[in-house]
Amino acid sequence: MEARLLAVSAGGRLLRRALPPLAGFAALLVLLACWQAAVALGWVSELIAPAPATIGASFPQLIEDEGLIARFLQTFAEAFAAAGLAVLVGTSLGWWLHAKPWAGRAYESWVATFAAAPLVLIYPLFLVIFGRNSGTIIVMSFLTGLPAVALKTKEGLDGIRRVHIHVGRSFRLTQSQIFWKIMLPGAIPTICNGVRLGLIYALISVVGVEFLINFGGLGELIDDLAQRWEIPMEFGAIFFVVLTSVCFFYLTEKLERWIRPK
Amino acid sequence: MDQAEVIPRRLAPHFPSSVLVIRLATLLCLWAAWEALAASGLLYQGVIPSSFRVGAALAKLLASGDFYYNLEFTLFEVLASLALGVSAGLVAGLALGASVFAGKAFEPYLHYLAPTPKIVFLPILLVLFGVDAGSKIAMGTLSCFFPMALSVATGVRQIDPVLLRVGRSFNLNVVQTIRKIYLPSLVAPIATGLKLGLGVAIIGCLLAELKMSNRGLGFLVMQYYSQFRIPELYAALIVAFAVAALGNLLIGRLVRRRGGG
Repeated sequence: MEARLLAVSAGGRLLRRALPPLAGFAALLVLLACWQAAVALGWVSELIAPAPATIGASFPQLIEDEGLIARFLQTFAEAFAAAGLAVLVGTSLGWWLHAKPWAGRAYESWVATFAAAPLVLIYPLFLVIFGRNSGTIIVMSFLTGLPAVALKTKEGLDGIRRVHIHVGRSFRLTQSQIFWKIMLPGAIPTICNGVRLGLIYALISVVGVEFLINFGGLGELIDDLAQRWEIPMEFGAIFFVVLTSVCFFYLTEKLERWIRPK
Repeated sequence: MDQAEVIPRRLAPHFPSSVLVIRLATLLCLWAAWEALAASGLLYQGVIPSSFRVGAALAKLLASGDFYYNLEFTLFEVLASLALGVSAGLVAGLALGASVFAGKAFEPYLHYLAPTPKIVFLPILLVLFGVDAGSKIAMGTLSCFFPMALSVATGVRQIDPVLLRVGRSFNLNVVQTIRKIYLPSLVAPIATGLKLGLGVAIIGCLLAELKMSNRGLGFLVMQYYSQFRIPELYAALIVAFAVAALGNLLIGRLVRRRGGG
């Protein structure tokens, strides 16, 4: 009897926990159904907002004729290159700002100002200097992701408690051992947060610059389809970009939680 | 008595701090490197113009009526998008934060949609609202909606439940509860949302102008780019950055005064 009651209460808890996400998903389906009905009834023009079913049907063409997968890989490669550079340079810069107090005092606020600046606006200048190619996209996205990584690396290293370093010294650890065994493990959660932000900023910038300069992967595809007035495929490509960035954001969040010391 | 103590503070010598010296030296080095690069001819002719030419272009730009016409248009777009995005974000944030069920059902969608590149929606916005101010305002609104909604939703959940219970015991209706309890408690999250929202609204409007427009600062930048007027391009970009920085500074002060993050 008691076991049955426990099972019922556990089932109730599970239902209570699952109900809100299910309701959210159901609301999304209702919204799509309303959109489909509005187009079918002629309240919304197919030329402005094609029905969800038409958008879904355009996916095979997007993949076969427009090379969606190849474009996705190109965008991903550019974002990966930009984020990799941002991580490499950003962690080194963050470490330098931490290790040299005079540099930290003089330049940290500059890096913070750089982080808040609308860097993407200077893309016409980069087009003039680097030309209309992947180099411009990677350099711009690298610059967008860099400040977050550098600032978070410095913040993580600054946050190490002095007493831990003193304990390391009392055990006669060398400077290198103190860095690898005390400072880096202590700073990893904050650094991971910075790396995640850098990755996200780099991806946003890559898609944005591709769209603006009409070159590269997914960003260019959307612009190209819009110019050719291929509305269902344009919506399909936008849906794919949104889905990609949502998955990317979700995975980096999971990865960060996995890397964080328990 | 120590000599320093007998010197009045206002007469004490003011030595520039080491940070200031380092910053000035860095700026000087950067300027010298810029001038050397401009004179070297390593890049295409005119791509890196002398800072004096950029300064002259900036002065000319600031003296022209055309610039103020375009600036006014961009400021209008940014303010309109901020008003719309902030209002919509405030309503959505209040609804999501006040109801645990609604928060769990819909907030993950906002949370994951917030970092997507909004610029990809521009073709749809251009079709819906045209190439004039409408599409730029829609772009700015879409950009600043998410930070405001998420900031307010988080803020609502942090309101002391005792205040809400006191409100209920005084039989406050929904409007009174929002006016007397929610809004005064949400000054800091709203200010933070406003700060984040302004930054992305400026970027959204300017990017939309860069892509397709016939007025505004972004249009001015693209005009100089297409005519290869590089000193003027630098000058317009400096002004665009200054406008963004000034907006952020003003909102930042407001946020600090209201105790936001």
